[in-house]
Amino acid sequence: MRETGLESALPALAPATISGAMTLIDLANPSRFLSLAGRILPWLAALTVLVLAVGLYQSATAPDDYQQGATVKIMFIHVPNAWLSMFVWGVMSVAALGTLVWRHPLADVAAKTAAPIGAAFTFLALLTGSLWGRPMWGTYWEWDARLTSVLILFLMYLGLMALWRAVEDPSRAARAAAVLTLVGAINIPIIKFSVDWWNTLHQPASVIRMGGSTLDRAFLIPLLVMAIGFTLLFLTLHIAAMRNEILRRRVRTLQMLQASKSA
Amino acid sequence: MTLGPYASFIIMSYVAVATVVAALIIWVIADYRSQKARLRDLEAAGAVRRSGRSAVDVK
Repeated sequence: MRETGLESALPALAPATISGAMTLIDLANPSRFLSLAGRILPWLAALTVLVLAVGLYQSATAPDDYQQGATVKIMFIHVPNAWLSMFVWGVMSVAALGTLVWRHPLADVAAKTAAPIGAAFTFLALLTGSLWGRPMWGTYWEWDARLTSVLILFLMYLGLMALWRAVEDPSRAARAAAVLTLVGAINIPIIKFSVDWWNTLHQPASVIRMGGSTLDRAFLIPLLVMAIGFTLLFLTLHIAAMRNEILRRRVRTLQMLQASKSA
Repeated sequence: MTLGPYASFIIMSYVAVATVVAALIIWVIADYRSQKARLRDLEAAGAVRRSGRSAVDVK
């Protein structure tokens, strides 16, 4: 292990903890991140395709629900997108802490690049939910607590993307976006518990709940495989988008260096 | 596999997801190529990083 002074500064920490901290410090170097991303992206993309293919096959061959009929198949894509809409905001919140507290060089890169992907998943959760709602509830939309709080989440994603575009200096935009992200994180438990706190048309939690899932295994397994597949898809897209953002900042730096030389 | 009376809703859902996911993948790949091309152009025009290393080589 390289001698950086961290080991002597933290003598009480176990070697594994120091090793974990070293990995984080190593990853803070954009060049190392680019190198790592280049190596893992093809494998991650292949794994994503494989898991999603298995999930789609299981979704196609799953039996019809006794009440919903074949419409239950929408659940296999709606629920993973709905989970990811909240998960991505969680990732952005951790990245926001990384920007404000630890000043990790890649934290704002992670937050900025997660926003459009999270917005896409949230849009899909709203759209597929609406397409499920029409035949099952008799309406595309209802202003109930769950649907409205997810719509607010979608608008917050768009607001963050607009903020990133409005401020030219990435470090200044990062701090403002980090504060907004942490304030917006209040909406995540509201979305999760909205079906318990208020009387909503949306059904209560049936997978992640006290007392275990109420779903039959015939639906639960394809749903979990699809959820893993979509999570892998997010990781693949996010790492690729982070790589792009690092390159974009290199372009900006080189342009500024060139401009200062010619001035 | 029969999709029943609401087949159009099921098919529209899967098509929408496939379209948006494809758009995300195309966006990421196109952006990567665009940034690499911009870096190559800048290096060809004589721009050099402070470290002196190539900005295009990400391996």
